[in-house]
Amino acid sequence: MTAATNTKSGVKRVEGAPLLELDNVKMHFRTKGDGLLARKNKWVQAVDGVSLTVQPGETLGLVGESGCGKSTTARLITRLLEPTAGSIKYQGVDIAHMSERKLRPYRREIQLIFQDPYSSLNPRHTVGAIVGTALRTHGMVPKNGELKRVQELLEVVGLNPEHFNRYPHEFSGGQRQRIGIARALAARPKIIVADEPVSALDVSIQAQVMNLLENLRKELGIAFVFIAHDLGVVRHFCDRVAVMYLGRMVEEGPRDALYEKPQHPYTQALLSAVPDIAVVRGVPPKHRIRLVGDVPSPVDPPSGCRFRTRCWKAQDICATQDPPLEEKPGGATVAACHFAEPPVESIVAEVV
Amino acid sequence: MSDTDPTTSVPQGGNMTDQSVRAPQTVTRIPRAHAEGEEAYLEVNDLHVQFPTADGKVQAVQGLSYSLPLRRTLAIVGESGSGKSVSSMAILGLHDRKSTWISGSIKVGGKEVVGMSEKDLMSYRGADAAMIFQDPQSSLHPFFTIGDQIMESYRAHHNVSKRVAKARAIDMLGRVGIPNPSRRVNQFPHEFSGGMRQRAMIAMALVNDPKLLIADEPTTALDVTVQAQILDLISDLQRDFGSAVVFITHDLGVVAEIADDILVMYGGNAVEHGPVDKILGAPLHPYSWGLLESIPAVSGTPGPLHPIPGSPPSLLAMPSGCAFHPRCEFRDRVGGDLCRTLKPELISRTADQGRTSRCHLKEPDRVFETEVLPRLP
Amino acid sequence: MLFYILRRVISAISVVIVTVVCSFLLFFAAPHDPAGVICGPKCTPERLKDITNSLNLDQPVVEQIGLYFKGIVVGRDYTAGGVTRHCDAPCLGYSYILGVPVTDLLARAVPVTLSIVIGGATIYLVFGVLIGTIAARVRGTTLDKATVGTSLVIGSVPYFIVALVIALYATFLPKSQYVSFFDNPIQWAGGLLAAWLCLGLTNSAQYTRYSRASMIEALGQDFARTARSKGISERRVVYRHGLRAAMTPVITIFGVDVAYQLVNTIFTERIFQLPGLGTRIINAFNQYDLPVLMGGVIVGATVLVVMNLVVDILYTVLDPRVRLG
Repeated sequence: MTAATNTKSGVKRVEGAPLLELDNVKMHFRTKGDGLLARKNKWVQAVDGVSLTVQPGETLGLVGESGCGKSTTARLITRLLEPTAGSIKYQGVDIAHMSERKLRPYRREIQLIFQDPYSSLNPRHTVGAIVGTALRTHGMVPKNGELKRVQELLEVVGLNPEHFNRYPHEFSGGQRQRIGIARALAARPKIIVADEPVSALDVSIQAQVMNLLENLRKELGIAFVFIAHDLGVVRHFCDRVAVMYLGRMVEEGPRDALYEKPQHPYTQALLSAVPDIAVVRGVPPKHRIRLVGDVPSPVDPPSGCRFRTRCWKAQDICATQDPPLEEKPGGATVAACHFAEPPVESIVAEVV
Repeated sequence: MSDTDPTTSVPQGGNMTDQSVRAPQTVTRIPRAHAEGEEAYLEVNDLHVQFPTADGKVQAVQGLSYSLPLRRTLAIVGESGSGKSVSSMAILGLHDRKSTWISGSIKVGGKEVVGMSEKDLMSYRGADAAMIFQDPQSSLHPFFTIGDQIMESYRAHHNVSKRVAKARAIDMLGRVGIPNPSRRVNQFPHEFSGGMRQRAMIAMALVNDPKLLIADEPTTALDVTVQAQILDLISDLQRDFGSAVVFITHDLGVVAEIADDILVMYGGNAVEHGPVDKILGAPLHPYSWGLLESIPAVSGTPGPLHPIPGSPPSLLAMPSGCAFHPRCEFRDRVGGDLCRTLKPELISRTADQGRTSRCHLKEPDRVFETEVLPRLP
Repeated sequence: MLFYILRRVISAISVVIVTVVCSFLLFFAAPHDPAGVICGPKCTPERLKDITNSLNLDQPVVEQIGLYFKGIVVGRDYTAGGVTRHCDAPCLGYSYILGVPVTDLLARAVPVTLSIVIGGATIYLVFGVLIGTIAARVRGTTLDKATVGTSLVIGSVPYFIVALVIALYATFLPKSQYVSFFDNPIQWAGGLLAAWLCLGLTNSAQYTRYSRASMIEALGQDFARTARSKGISERRVVYRHGLRAAMTPVITIFGVDVAYQLVNTIFTERIFQLPGLGTRIINAFNQYDLPVLMGGVIVGATVLVVMNLVVDILYTVLDPRVRLG
């Protein structure tokens, strides 16, 4: 490893390294198995070999259905979980197994926004206390400057700065999510992991919060790992998009390439399944791909390619050989499929 | 736990000989037949629903009227607190009858539901109108088998033996696409996946062949690929059973896929009503415009969103006049402070008599055409 | 399922063993002279020697424990007053003060306590759940408020006061006594009636509140709404769908509660003069009859562990989601 230089915040960095780099990260959870006394443990392979890179100021979207491991990935990046295997490098320094004490300065720079604005704020603390605690924890401002900074932050996220002494229940859902964002911003992070930040909100409020995140990204240059099940939301917010299925990444690429010319059958099926309002105003696709059955259990995933049990392209090789995530000739994304190819006709509606 | 559809061959290992790459299973969109001038099966007239809360009396629905013929799907769209769920619960008389105050009329197949006796409600619920709910996990009783629950529904309205009811339950499970129905019928809800549970809920709702199906956000809790399956299923079954469907959702994409008509609700009122392609293509109410501009779509050119400012009104403190006026960017175009003082009627505002909206704005079709449409992605 | 029960039985046995070892150490390895304590006030040097020999008190503690367990499994001999008696397995020791094997003593007391608790618990479970369910159905009405109020009042009166009131004023009840069920079931029930009423009355208040709360929660669940939407009667919604779900938490409390009652019927037994386990243990306590106390500890620990096991198994019957494994 190249020599890492210390900065004054205590965060080391390796010159030229990407902001965040996950390499073959695995997270296997243990569940109790059967047996009389010595029960054999079963392992839930929640995340099984995920690699990704985020550059400063970039937004990476993680999409996939429930159980695909996207939320576990969020908790790994923010080191709320310690991975079973693989490395998580922040500015070139591996934080995968770092002790809680050493991790502290990194926790400041990697912030998390939760899905549920109702349960992620302590109902007994005022907004000022919630945001102020974040400031104090990371020693961001001197004591006498705290209130001023809290009010600044509230203003940044579009809340009335005079409302610092109110409690979370006095705010609406969208405003509570803004409080969560203010709390994350308090630490002046370089990267924010947002786990379904808008999916609990009504459509009109969702758009407000998305615009807020978009502005913050542009003005403050914060990188985002944006996790959502809504493919439309991800498309609007992200530079690059990664698709996950059953603990693995199946396709990754620039936003437009992934939405317009997806190569992996799962990505195609996923996009095809999204109910699209543009079918009313544009040219709807003639056919829609329908997957049959459900996602297999992550305790006992299929051999080889994990998608093969629901895939219409599956062949013998898919059961025996695990396809690597690689570039395909003529494709603009990287896909983990033996038979990856762009679709013949458009998958989503073409707006005229 | 995951069952795959036996009708589709799925490669399970190294015993495949067919090396050709096959085509995906697809569905083709069938253009909806417009059943013009059919007699209404569901008629809601001037429905008001009020109930007390800890903070005061809530006027959840304030004069809702619409009608729906058989073989047609009406989507009721709105944000939380718009009254879309409350009004639909009232159709089945599922509100708390002690505290809720209801006025107006709900006629289902000619029967008046408002003020119906408990005994009549029992024979009406499930037989004439049935309901499926958002969360199939919590909506099924965890301690009874799927079969038990479907049989109970059937036997509530048919005087048949358990054996006959069970055969009917198995038949219904098969019809909603649950593989291995004769084995699945004896399983408990937790042994089903989310999508399978919602299929079972649908089987249970349709077991008595009701002519009205109310679906309250039936796919919101499901993954997108499973949602697509369930939407297909509801459309197919509606064709087979010939029923009227009220589909409650907040997702305009889902509306575009499944509905014939759309009713947009805001703050307990219908603000726009008409055929889906017209209303989603060129809506006439500023709230509908705001919704269109708020949706990040998977197609088109991704650009900045234009969200509606502010938040939905509290049902405890409704704005005067038009409930939407505090958030409306066009309110200054209407003269005489009308938006703040006078609640507009839900009437036809263009040459097209088949659609109505509740807004004082003049020539809303032209405003949409020239100002809103260019902003859409 | 079988695996699960087997595993639970094994863990239950180990809990009992650990309890026994701990209390053994507490009683016999304490810095006093256990032989002297066991010997009692009418002690003679001879008897003291008998005790020391029979209980191997001159041996290391570990060995004493080993022998104690051996006694439980195969039985052992005790010498008292020059006579050696065999104490059959499961031998829990020998009371030098009373001159009888502890097992015999407890074997006579356990059915009494069991009878009291089973009868009382049946009364309070049935009445509590029934009244609670009715209150939940008519929630918010005067009847509901009256029920909640009454249950609060009864629940706040100390248990022994209720017992005393019944003992003193309910003179129309049959005389309190214990007759074995197998000798005369009618006298058995008659003799225990006062005790049952006392237990039932005081505890049903608490169960009324549990069941009411649990029932209100169950009836507010989505599945209750689904049940109503099917067109079945409200009665069926409440008693089939609601009650089934509401019972799970109540049963949990009930299991632990019954175990607790079995070990703590002292008041009831004392007031109604029934020769149950509680009476025995209190007597042993007053007389420093260590072997009987040890026996009581074993029986008590076993009862608690068994009841927990029963509740867990009941749970799987009630709730199919609980998969044992």
